[in-house]
Amino acid sequence: MKSYIIQLAASRILPVTIVLSLLVFYRGHNDPGGGFIGGLMAASGFIFYAMAFSTKQAQKKLKVSPLSLIAAGLSIATLSTLPALFAGNPFFTGKWISINLVFSGTLKLGTPLLFDLGVYLTVWGILLIIIFNIMDE
Amino acid sequence: MSGLLNYLILLLAAAFFSPYLIRKGGKASPWLLGLLSAGGFGYLLSYAGFIAKGNTLNYTIEWLPELYLNFTLYLDGLSLFFGLLVPGMGALVLVFAGKYMQPYPLKHRFFFLILLFEFAMLALILSGNLFTMFIFWELTSVSSFLLVGFNHEKPEARNAALQALLITVSGGLAMMAGFIMLGQMAGTLEINQLLKSGDLIRNHPNYLPALLLILAGAFTKSAQFPFHFWLPGAMQAPSPVSAFLHSATMVKAGIYLIARLSPVMGGTPEWRYILTITGAITMILGAYFAYSQTDFKKVLAYTTISALGTLVLMLGIDTDISVKAAIIFLLVHALYKGALFMVAGLIDKSVGSRDLRKISGLFKVMPITSLAAIVSLLSMAGLPPMIGFIGKELIYEAKFALPDIGNVLLMVGVITNVIMVAISLALIFNLFLGPLKYPGEKPKPPALALRIGPLLLAGISLIFGLFPADVARLLLKPAIVAIHPSIDTLKLGLWHGFNEVLLVSFITVVAGVVLFLLYRKINRWLTRFNNEVITFRFAKAFNQGLDLFLSLTKKKTAIVQSGYQRFYLMAIFVMTSVLAWYQLAYTWQGFNSFNVPGIFEILLLMVLVAATFFAVAVKSRLAAILALGAVGYSIGLLFIIYGAIDLAITMMLAETLVLVIFMAVVYHLPKFTNFSSKASRLRDAAIALLVGGFMTGLVLKAGQLNLNTKISDFYTENALSLAYGKNVVNVILVDFRALDTLGEITVLAIAAIGVMALLKLKTKKGSAT
Repeated sequence: MKSYIIQLAASRILPVTIVLSLLVFYRGHNDPGGGFIGGLMAASGFIFYAMAFSTKQAQKKLKVSPLSLIAAGLSIATLSTLPALFAGNPFFTGKWISINLVFSGTLKLGTPLLFDLGVYLTVWGILLIIIFNIMDE
Repeated sequence: MSGLLNYLILLLAAAFFSPYLIRKGGKASPWLLGLLSAGGFGYLLSYAGFIAKGNTLNYTIEWLPELYLNFTLYLDGLSLFFGLLVPGMGALVLVFAGKYMQPYPLKHRFFFLILLFEFAMLALILSGNLFTMFIFWELTSVSSFLLVGFNHEKPEARNAALQALLITVSGGLAMMAGFIMLGQMAGTLEINQLLKSGDLIRNHPNYLPALLLILAGAFTKSAQFPFHFWLPGAMQAPSPVSAFLHSATMVKAGIYLIARLSPVMGGTPEWRYILTITGAITMILGAYFAYSQTDFKKVLAYTTISALGTLVLMLGIDTDISVKAAIIFLLVHALYKGALFMVAGLIDKSVGSRDLRKISGLFKVMPITSLAAIVSLLSMAGLPPMIGFIGKELIYEAKFALPDIGNVLLMVGVITNVIMVAISLALIFNLFLGPLKYPGEKPKPPALALRIGPLLLAGISLIFGLFPADVARLLLKPAIVAIHPSIDTLKLGLWHGFNEVLLVSFITVVAGVVLFLLYRKINRWLTRFNNEVITFRFAKAFNQGLDLFLSLTKKKTAIVQSGYQRFYLMAIFVMTSVLAWYQLAYTWQGFNSFNVPGIFEILLLMVLVAATFFAVAVKSRLAAILALGAVGYSIGLLFIIYGAIDLAITMMLAETLVLVIFMAVVYHLPKFTNFSSKASRLRDAAIALLVGGFMTGLVLKAGQLNLNTKISDFYTENALSLAYGKNVVNVILVDFRALDTLGEITVLAIAAIGVMALLKLKTKKGSAT
């Protein structure tokens, strides 16, 4: 059931979903979106790819194993809680820094964003693990 | 006081460092560890003068004061006295073990465990908070388990270890419940405050249950009847362990707890009767069983049980004189029993057996050690000039002073002591004196490291007996005063003048000698009696009970855990909805009014309902899944209409992915055939209605509830100012409630790994067959 049209579509759509998912992830702070939704989107791109080709090729395209995505995600989420500890605040307190950009005002970066990145990676990895394994069955 | 904490930490660190030291450090390393332990003894002893003046020390690190949970160390006369036993015995045992354990390949592990035990035991004694004590109490049980099972390739050792663990830990659990009740009664678990609230606790309606629970802990730990049988089993442990844990220290933890709580819970008739009766039974049973044993260590184990019974009895009598007797007898017993256990290990080492029928006349090969053993045995028999004599005299005196059951107790006590005298004499004359007899090669005189412990302990037994005054003033009296604050004098001496106590002592010795002379005859007869008439064995009964319990739980598991997911789901759904229905019906306030929805909502609702019915009715799996997808998307659209954009996006994406998963699974399923009967479909329909109805009722109910809106208001108001985010949902997820999110993604990750493991496992099995 390999269809060339679907394969072409999947390989073209994949980068788009990744970029979109990152966008959704980033804008999540002020508009609908966020790490969880972003992770779902990123995963669906790869799942479509896996359906069009095979899980093996999707795996290859991903380059890292989904398990490492989970590990990285959980580590980032956990590490994002530590700066507060060093600053003497309770665990999990959000810490922010402002970076003045030349063109577009200030960019605010904070540990919640880092935490959300952790969520994004973890959700992405989890879905890929579950669905790849079921598809392999 | 923080110095004591530092010493405890040092001991723990030494425990973790010891395997390395033992492996690399050579022969000197056990001596080094012994020195560390002796240093602790000396350090504790340096507090003696201060404590003897009536001072106490308390050092608290607050943890959860609201739940009375603190880490507290408390030093008074009693904890100092018991505390000294731990590093004191520990030093001798470590040196002894250095030689004794030499041939064992896992000896580094042994040293870790025994130091861990020493740490836990000392911390238990010094605990000033009952929960601190409970933690270390359990740690001693665990280290005892590992030490009893040290020869883990022997099934008897494993079995004995498990038995000891199950008994002491179940007692420990009961004790914890008792501690909690005590905390609720007194409003504190700090020992120095509990000591002041004795009257409050004794008059509380929960006094008796709390007492029974706490005593369950103390009795199991201190091997009181009917829990006594784990102690002889624990003799499977290497001899240093028996000398340290199962005679001098750990089994005394129950005694310590009883003594510690005596001012808090003691003095009532319940206290007196439970303790005296249990103690008396344990005392005489231990002596009786000790008499007919042929393994030296088993003899010592049963006499230890008897001694522990005596201690419980004395603390139960709870008069000034009996408390004095208890504390002195405790010291007496620790000294002679520690020495004798080490001698037992030493004999085992150099002769290769502990069978009393095969060995005799050891004096000829190891005169000095035998002398130490004889001195210790004389102390055990309670003969002058040993300190054991003083102990026994006081015990008799305590029983004389008791009005109602004193005579019975005195008789039980005399019989016990007669047996003790006979056992001691039998051991002296058969094992050490007499013609030389041994089963294997000619025994060699033991090494210094093996001899030093018994020698020192026997020497102390002798010196204390002759010159008891300073020990009494510095150590014994403060410990006694901590139990009975009213006591102000403690005079010890070998000579009490001619009185009834001395007369009873004399009768005891004479009867003991007679019993010893008849030893062989009676023993043969007794062994037959024990084997044929008393067929009940506690250890066996316990194992049978355990097996019964295991088979019952297996049956229960087989019923509850059917292994079919549909039954689990049914159980969960039915239980939840029945309980919720009950609650809903109980608080129902009628339907609330609601606005007529707009045209979009009605259309979506119609699609939703139609898709649902289609999913139920359709015969094709694929169609059913697609219909369920339609249901999901419709709900997502409803979310959009009501403004929950985040929710809608998530719903749509999740729905899509679930569809994909379903597709992947359906691909592998067998052809759709009609498996379920009409009856089971009716049942499923009923359950579905029950659950669906409950959810509907819940939603309706939610509209009636007057929820406190402060929380959601807080989030809406502060999302931008505190967390710099306009998307409240996301701010809650990643900032306000980030801990929850972290928990959720962790759970998801574990679930994913579980799915992976499950599927991979199945493929492997499939490929194998």
